[in-house]
Amino acid sequence: MPAQLYPGAKAPAASRSTPDTDSDGLSLPKLRVRGRSVMALVIAPEPPFTNWFAALDEQMRRSASFFADRPVVVDLGAVVESIGREAIPVALDGLEERGLRVIGTEGVGSSMLAGTRWARLPTSLHGRDVAQTPRADPPGAVPAPSLLVDRPVRSGQSVVFEDGDIIVVGAVASGAEVIAGGSVHVYGALRGRALAGLKTGAGARIFCRRLEAELVGVDQLYRTAEHWGPGLHGRAVQIHCDRGALQLSALD
Amino acid sequence: MGKVMVVTSGKGGVGKTTSSASLGAALAQEGQKVVVIDFDVGLRNLDLVMGAERRVVFDLVNVVQGDAKLPQALIRDKRVETLYLLPASQTRDKDALTEEGVGRVIDELRESFDWIICDSPAGIEKGATLAMRFADLAVVVTNPEVSSVRDSDRIIGMLDSKTRLAESGERLEKQLLLTRYDPARAARGEMMKVEDVLEILAIPLLGIVAESPDVLTASNVGCPVTLHNPGSPAARAYRDAARRLLGETIAMDEPQERRGFISRLFGRRAAA
Repeated sequence: MPAQLYPGAKAPAASRSTPDTDSDGLSLPKLRVRGRSVMALVIAPEPPFTNWFAALDEQMRRSASFFADRPVVVDLGAVVESIGREAIPVALDGLEERGLRVIGTEGVGSSMLAGTRWARLPTSLHGRDVAQTPRADPPGAVPAPSLLVDRPVRSGQSVVFEDGDIIVVGAVASGAEVIAGGSVHVYGALRGRALAGLKTGAGARIFCRRLEAELVGVDQLYRTAEHWGPGLHGRAVQIHCDRGALQLSALD
Repeated sequence: MGKVMVVTSGKGGVGKTTSSASLGAALAQEGQKVVVIDFDVGLRNLDLVMGAERRVVFDLVNVVQGDAKLPQALIRDKRVETLYLLPASQTRDKDALTEEGVGRVIDELRESFDWIICDSPAGIEKGATLAMRFADLAVVVTNPEVSSVRDSDRIIGMLDSKTRLAESGERLEKQLLLTRYDPARAARGEMMKVEDVLEILAIPLLGIVAESPDVLTASNVGCPVTLHNPGSPAARAYRDAARRLLGETIAMDEPQERRGFISRLFGRRAAA
């Protein structure tokens, strides 16, 4: 769904620098005009409307905040081309019913809107398109982005959580493994394996209160215990990717 | 209703059978009615350690498969009359046991015994999982060495996931019995220290049994050490552990390095 950056979408804020005085023309206030760019969403309804509005409803249900308080520009080109100008009010009314704030149209001349209650809408707003993908609503509406394990992870056990971080309160035993889509946090000794960044990639990290691990890995890079010296053994350590290499550094 | 206690370890040779027999005998000596079940079908040992090998007629497999009644298979100890043994079969393998059959036998034993002690075989396969399946509490037998500790950790994970108690969302009580502990070697750093093992396994300590020839002797003559040599440190350790199982609070004394006669003499003279 394209969005459009254009100047002056909101009415330019006009303010007076001095209070009103007598209208004798001597002390008319100075007018200040500011420009502002805002992000508007451009949507293009397509016939058949039943299907298109059903898809819109579904989108709005999944990411309600995406449309909230966003100015909307409606591209009516497809509507006019395939049905005709009489369909324009139908499309615009449908959008308004769903609470979208239509501030302008594209793809049609101002004459096409004449005679409808939408006649005052601007038909040519200048701006450039920016890619915009509706995202699912952030935390609150979605399930927890981390997994809390509040007991030790025992030898032979495997904790896998692809949707986010894993937090272990306790030790990860030798022969156990913890695999996270995001980062791994171990509040205890890490004696087994920890793999981070299955989903988030190189941005993920591994933190542990005591490094005694057999293997650690972030985003396809891994190291076994023999690759780090005794200097880090038993210390609080974080592990992260730095320019394509795995870095282990003490936290204390 | 009796309590079902599994004695398990993962690793073999750490002292599961010796500990099952000794804890069973010690509990019986406290007046409890105890049965010890040998789950090591195919490699039965408990009958030897308890000195009942010549009295085995029917075994666990016979009872599980319905070929014999429970009272026919139970062997009563000749030294402590509240101690019983349910032996394993030597000629069959672990596939002869079914979960449903084992559950039925244990339910029946719960009716008439205070303690049902399940002596688990080594490993993490069917025999071991069936031995722990119906447990109310577990004694994890561990030697102070890395391989044993890691295997015990694995078993604790299974106790937390594969037992019926764990599956119903409850937490199985697990306690650590540290066996074959050698204080002299631990002091020299050749063996793991008690606190290291506890730190890794993170379960409460039930007792520490020091490495001792008394234990081996007792096994060889087919008599639990608490009966054979009640004054020995190992017997005392098992007796204290049994009394802790009964809810008594007994201070834990870590076995100390025993110094020989000569070195003691030497030490005293040097001090003088």
